[in-house]
Amino acid sequence: MTRRLLTGNAAAAWGARLAGVDYVPAFPITPQTEIIETLARWFDGGEMRGRLTMLESEHSMVTAAAAAAATGVRVFTATSSQGLLYAMEMIHAVPGWRVPFVLANVSRGLATPITLEPDHNDVLAARDSGFLQIHCASCQEVHDSVLIAYRLAEDARVRLPVIVNLDGFYLSFTREPVEVADPAAARAFLPPFTGRGIEFRASRPVSQAAAVLGGSQYSYFRYETHLAALQALPAYAEIAAAFAEAFGRHHPAVEAYRSDDAEFVFVMIGSFATKARDAVDRLREAGARVGLVRPRLLRPFPAADLRRHLLGKRGIAVIDQNLSFGKGGVLHAELASVLYGEPGAPLLASFIGGLGGRDFAPEEFYEMIDVTRRAADSGRAPEPRLLYTAGELREMRKLQAIAAVERHEDGAGKP
Amino acid sequence: MNEHVIHRVRDLPSAHLLGAGTAMCAGCGGLGALHQVYDVLGEKTVFVNAAGCMTLLANYPFTPFKGSWLYTAMASAPAGAQGVRDALDVLLAQGRLPPAEDLAPVVLTGDGSAYGMGLSATSAAIERGLDFLYLCYDNEGYGNTGQQSSGATPHAARTATSAGGRGHPGFKKDLFAIWAAHAPAYVATVIGAEPLDLARKVETAIGLKGPRLILALAPCPTGWDFEPAALVDVGRLAVNTGIFPLKEYRDGRITHTRIPRPRLPVEAYLSTQGRFAHLFSPRRDDAAIAAIQAQVDRYWQGVA
Repeated sequence: MTRRLLTGNAAAAWGARLAGVDYVPAFPITPQTEIIETLARWFDGGEMRGRLTMLESEHSMVTAAAAAAATGVRVFTATSSQGLLYAMEMIHAVPGWRVPFVLANVSRGLATPITLEPDHNDVLAARDSGFLQIHCASCQEVHDSVLIAYRLAEDARVRLPVIVNLDGFYLSFTREPVEVADPAAARAFLPPFTGRGIEFRASRPVSQAAAVLGGSQYSYFRYETHLAALQALPAYAEIAAAFAEAFGRHHPAVEAYRSDDAEFVFVMIGSFATKARDAVDRLREAGARVGLVRPRLLRPFPAADLRRHLLGKRGIAVIDQNLSFGKGGVLHAELASVLYGEPGAPLLASFIGGLGGRDFAPEEFYEMIDVTRRAADSGRAPEPRLLYTAGELREMRKLQAIAAVERHEDGAGKP
Repeated sequence: MNEHVIHRVRDLPSAHLLGAGTAMCAGCGGLGALHQVYDVLGEKTVFVNAAGCMTLLANYPFTPFKGSWLYTAMASAPAGAQGVRDALDVLLAQGRLPPAEDLAPVVLTGDGSAYGMGLSATSAAIERGLDFLYLCYDNEGYGNTGQQSSGATPHAARTATSAGGRGHPGFKKDLFAIWAAHAPAYVATVIGAEPLDLARKVETAIGLKGPRLILALAPCPTGWDFEPAALVDVGRLAVNTGIFPLKEYRDGRITHTRIPRPRLPVEAYLSTQGRFAHLFSPRRDDAAIAAIQAQVDRYWQGVA
């Protein structure tokens, strides 16, 4: 095991390399490009055996990834944001092929307006696709999660593709110390892939992704994919335990931080949860019984683990780094659906923040706990809050004033 | 040429590989071409399909193919072939696949995908030098959805989206030229009504490596409005009027494999199909017919 200073992108590439990936169909997009450039270098230099092929779009890239997986090789690919959306037809199609592979998504806010920094509307657009989702908060987790994701995807009970999500910029371009697994240990944890009969061979013809006519057959196959995704819950627990035994790092489906005795808990996913973690420490120092619960696994949704960690608390501040227009935070709705009607269900307060990489100030975390506490006292859930400070609004007004002046000087804005 | 085993009609394969009882329409020119192509290709193939009429061939739990099948999506069948080919190459190179287990990926799409939505993925696969065969059954419209205009619809043809008095205002895209501009290994036009020409071209294609297109004109009784029994007649007229030139591209050169002599007037072909009926009744549209004839004449004037 070697300790290296790696970006999240490099950690993802190392995960793929240590997984002994045979094939990488690729297409570049900021902030993912370092992953495919690194892998291309390793294939060229002979550090990886197999092939990297540049496709002309993410739609083709995901098609090629699944087609290669259906032919019986271990496949890795990566994208981000608009790329994930461009591939969305295939993101929904290929889980039904029941072929395993891993896709790293480097989260980035979606257009419009077009931007570069992260939020989770991109990866949540794949929520109902059949891809499983692991959300990372550190570069070490990215490295570890890629290896775990292959074991999970290839598990005979599961056989579904997995997205490993890392936040653009905050993880993709941030160097952290990462324990890079020893290749032999990685191989022992993740033996070479065999298609186990689901593969194209001249002597054993198969028809993949055939049509069905009628809702009954269709429902059967759709239910099968759902049940396979649910099987990933016990499979994940076993694989995470095996990983902890092999490498000494435990990555549970739901990470709980100082939440056992907490009255109030933040729920967040991704790297911005480390900001909440810091806020928990400060609030604890000030005497507040506050914790953090961070789902790593978003699909399948770890409902039992979340109930275990959250039932009996007074209030939960759910912080969504996404926005479903006309509804609100996606994680909030997901959480409500597994807590509603349960004895000891806590009050849920919904907050939207971190869109397009907007930072959280520590004071905002303190305020969110205050809002949640007051709501719990009153027994009424507050309206969802869109985090935005007076200072930000003032800066925005200045930009709008400049835009108005420019338009006026161009003559375009004259009545 | 010694590379051919097939010289005359009696050399054509007598055993037919594609099973019967598919969901295709009676008299489907695409299915007829596929039958003939498959007999020459053989079953060590994986057909990588894009959305179209033929998507209904593999209908769970039935398939007419003795070999393999992979349905992808309307836009990305060539990328599916890329993934299969790349994976097989990796397995072969690493000794993980006995060469006898190797397969040839064959993209199977209609004109909707080949001329339109799938063109970007096709162009990229050719540019990457992907070793694959592409079979397009061209019935000159989105046939599976009821024959709306596509990039392959010929001028003046009535379709479900060009049902007016003048038919389709556009002109058929030249997919043969688009492929040839990429300098691929092979491009050929074929039609089921000329089985010997078709089989020899498929045989040529099998003997080459790299991107290869077999572009089959697929007379479509439901979309073009003619009796299924007239399939072969309509196909022969497409060739003999010069509307559909049989040709191949190889090593930078285009060769016409059949120069119709005498070349019949285009109306002999147009008048067989309901989609062109407005050119003949209630009043004969001499100008429109002459314009189509002039376009075909111009094409053949350019053929030495």
